[in-house]
Amino acid sequence: MSDTIDVRYVAKLARIALTDEEVDRFGAQLADLLTHVDALAELDTNAIAATAQVVESRNVQRADSPAPCLDRETVLAQAPQRQGGFFRVPRIIAE
Amino acid sequence: MTQQYEAVIGIECHVELKTETKMFCGCPNEFGGEPNTKVCPVCLGLPGALPVPNARAIEHMLRAGLAFGAEIPAFSKFDRKNYFYPDMPKDYQISQYDMPLTIGGSVTYWLEDGEMRTCRLTRIHLEEDTGKSTHAGSGDGRIAGSDYSLVDFNRAGVPLMECVSEPDLRSAQEAVGYLESLRLTLLQLGVSDVRMEEGSLRCDANVSIRPAGSSQLGTKTEIKNMNSFRSVQRAIDSEIERQIGMVEAGERIVQETRGWDEVRGVTHPMRSKEQAHDYRYFPDPDLVPLEPATEAGLAEVRGSIPELPWQRFERFTAQYGIAPKPAAQLVGNPQLAAYFDRVATITGRPQASANLVLGDLSRLANETGVAVSESPATADFTAELVHLLEGRTINSKIGKDLLERMWRGEGSPRAIVEREGLAQTSDPDAIEAFVDAALAAHPQVAADFRAGKTNVAGFLVGQIMKASGGKADPALVKELLQKKLAAPS
Amino acid sequence: MSGIVERGAAEIAREVNGGTISAIEVTEAALAQVDAVEARTGAFLTVLHELARKVAAGVDARVRGGERLPLAGVPLAVKDNMCLTGTRTTCGSKILEHWVAPYTATAVARMLAAGCVPIGKTNLDEFAMGSSCENSALGITRNPYDLERVPGGSSGGSAAAVAARETALALGSDTGGSIREPGAFCNLIGFKPTYGRVSRYGLIAFASSLDQIGPLARTVEDAALAYEAMSGHDPMDATSIDRPVEPAVTALREDLRGLRVGIVREFDTEKLGTELDAAYRRAYAELEKLGARMVDVSLPTADYGLATYYLIAPAECSSNLSRFDGVRYGLRVDAPDVQAMYERTRAAGFGPEVKRRILIGTHALSSGYYDAYYVRAQKARTLIARDFENAFADCDLIASPAASCPAFRFNAKSDPYSMYLMDYYTIPMSLAGLPALSVPCGWITPAGGTNPMPLGLQLCAPLFGEPLLLGAAHAYERATMYASRHAPQLGGEVRA
Repeated sequence: MSDTIDVRYVAKLARIALTDEEVDRFGAQLADLLTHVDALAELDTNAIAATAQVVESRNVQRADSPAPCLDRETVLAQAPQRQGGFFRVPRIIAE
Repeated sequence: MTQQYEAVIGIECHVELKTETKMFCGCPNEFGGEPNTKVCPVCLGLPGALPVPNARAIEHMLRAGLAFGAEIPAFSKFDRKNYFYPDMPKDYQISQYDMPLTIGGSVTYWLEDGEMRTCRLTRIHLEEDTGKSTHAGSGDGRIAGSDYSLVDFNRAGVPLMECVSEPDLRSAQEAVGYLESLRLTLLQLGVSDVRMEEGSLRCDANVSIRPAGSSQLGTKTEIKNMNSFRSVQRAIDSEIERQIGMVEAGERIVQETRGWDEVRGVTHPMRSKEQAHDYRYFPDPDLVPLEPATEAGLAEVRGSIPELPWQRFERFTAQYGIAPKPAAQLVGNPQLAAYFDRVATITGRPQASANLVLGDLSRLANETGVAVSESPATADFTAELVHLLEGRTINSKIGKDLLERMWRGEGSPRAIVEREGLAQTSDPDAIEAFVDAALAAHPQVAADFRAGKTNVAGFLVGQIMKASGGKADPALVKELLQKKLAAPS
Repeated sequence: MSGIVERGAAEIAREVNGGTISAIEVTEAALAQVDAVEARTGAFLTVLHELARKVAAGVDARVRGGERLPLAGVPLAVKDNMCLTGTRTTCGSKILEHWVAPYTATAVARMLAAGCVPIGKTNLDEFAMGSSCENSALGITRNPYDLERVPGGSSGGSAAAVAARETALALGSDTGGSIREPGAFCNLIGFKPTYGRVSRYGLIAFASSLDQIGPLARTVEDAALAYEAMSGHDPMDATSIDRPVEPAVTALREDLRGLRVGIVREFDTEKLGTELDAAYRRAYAELEKLGARMVDVSLPTADYGLATYYLIAPAECSSNLSRFDGVRYGLRVDAPDVQAMYERTRAAGFGPEVKRRILIGTHALSSGYYDAYYVRAQKARTLIARDFENAFADCDLIASPAASCPAFRFNAKSDPYSMYLMDYYTIPMSLAGLPALSVPCGWITPAGGTNPMPLGLQLCAPLFGEPLLLGAAHAYERATMYASRHAPQLGGEVRA
């Protein structure tokens, strides 16, 4: 079950830039973890439902009523970069 | 389109649901406003914030699903769709992956010639909308060539319905028919304002072609950036033409996303932001599952579904015998359709009612900017007018006059007619007297008529109508006049 | 004045409500202790001098106005992964190093409503990922019982603050053991309630289906008081349980008569070495002496707990931490385009353990691996929960070590997996959502060490069994009084 994990691909998905050294180091550490995790294959889970939640509740919802918003200055005061009432980000290159 | 090819089209719509607040928080769900003023920790994706689903949004979904005959499943859940983009506050979108709120169903729609068709739905699921980004520095507001972007999260978290159709549509006209029926239905159910110009209805089309008679699916392209139904029609037609052109030239269709260029009237390839995205869907652990089929109030929702636009269209054309075009016009305006329905029901004269509603009443509505259903000319008054006209109590000129007066708020036409003695004269003796008088007064005209200038009869009719104070029954006048003119003098 | 910092929450509340001492006096004493010992413990990332005084004044006004507050004037330290309006909330990470929370977590708000005074925000393993507090990017916290040793993690700062008498109570968060293990390492009660009992709104998420807020305190009574104040349904948290909170303080008992305590076959303490084995056998014997009937129970899938946890928790955290992208708040490292900005920001802002967990979590969820890893782990979780259900058919409580060793030296566990093993005993309870706590059960001087270090006994109850759990822990505590046998080694101003 445990193939080697493609650290570069996963780091790309997770948007974390890694140095070559980190790719090697994390690669080894994660491979080690995965060998321990492989033990799960020993369990017979065929007829078992996955637990997404420990609690048994269902249909938790809220009424469609308004609640106070955050004041805009509070919102933008800690923006890494703002322009007027907007958050500003570097160019988005459509991939 | 050449006989040899068949187009295969599916439509995917995103519809903003009509709720007071957003999908997972209590911020207002409304169009417009200063940027970043309708946000809170939840819809901004601040650390530690948690989502709680909006009950009304779920109710809207179930209502729409039931209206489209979809299956409401016993179990449903929210999943996280993980991807990074600046308008995504959490860099994952809460959506639904493999257990949507409604499954299957269909949209029945009508074509221009009145024929009814059905397009099946794959599913309808519930998710949250993203924020909006605008791009600066490219000159045309597009991403390509921009220097930076500005993000507004007011829209982030607005409840969004994603409605996916099966590829049952075979032409651009069908696609537009489908969209019109879908849009009107959602509008009528109160589920959404469905305004494309405000972004509360957005749609993409999947288009492919294949040899007529084949059951294999060709390579499809996804068309985006269509901002009106007209765009949808033009874009799909353009794409079908393009694909046929390519196939005939021996070229292969590439599966890609193409954007519609409204100005140049063509589609062009977009660098797809969806390319090979691994969304890593998994059930959202911050939310608990839903059991929609046993949802309290589902029976009530089911019972609250009114006559749907396509059902109304069918009734207007099949039962009332209204022609497809006027029927579509009426159905396209739910208040007007309801108004017309009432008039037709009271009078039992659907055709006459439709003529009046779509004719002079609609003209007055356009001129004055007041909707027919909101004008002082109530449906009951209009019904009176129809009776008066159909029963030939008044003539059409008086009828037009009364209509204007009704619109100005003068009230019941029947009362006016009685009060002012506007009933037309239909007594043959009285009419004959008018005709004789006119003939006597204009012997030369009569002679001209007998000499072959038949059009002069109109002059005489005019004289007679004037002499009678406009009350002579014009049909009778014409009839008697013809008889007298035809008889030797 | 010097005796004040020694007092527990229950006592302080009684005195403040009774008017024999003011909240301000208590606060000043706590702040003075902080000033005296912080250089050694490093428990706090932010000390809230001004806010504490302001809130204390407010508490005094409320008490003067006739209110009786369950935690009147009690100093409270808050783990720095919980939002408190106007305070820096860092999660021990460079990526939030300067972020100030604009709202307050529900659990924190409830503690303040109950009369607590916030003394400061405590250090933690970055984003609550770790078992020693060594993964904090912003500071080092030392174990008050031996400054060369770790306080445990991830709620290391909270534990150190309570142990060093800088505060009477602290809030921690527990995902796989992050309250219980530092509780054990620092001679405290570290208590994790049933999943869903305490609102997670405002707790910066690590693993959503596992995270729970809970108290660290010096007595079970204090922990019970804190639990009553913080728990209960919250409409802002869809996973919070809508079920009345049964009183815990009145459930505290003096013995364990009529109770059956399960000892888990798979948790064979022989593996821990002679000294620890003896210590835990003695602890079990002490439970029996209190009237409990000891029962042998089995949790056959317990051994798979670690593997299960180290797939589920990273998977959830990989998604929870995506929001730290430099767009709306926190650190941003500039770049010519936004995707590069994400990559550089997150590379600079996250420490190695956080990166490891995001990577493994992303991998576990990715296409082609989802079924083999994530789904399989969630199924294993079902089996583990089922094992507990079966075990609880034969017993009322389960007892086990809280950790496999006492507090270790800094850098002792440099291999990530060896650190993960620290959670071995606590993880299964987290996976099943069960309430569990650690209570002091002995002392051991580790090989090569000079100071006696505390040991923790873990007790675990069925879902919503908090009253029973706290009640039993209280009985054990009162009968054995291990906590008071040694004082923290803070040098100079050691309080006894």
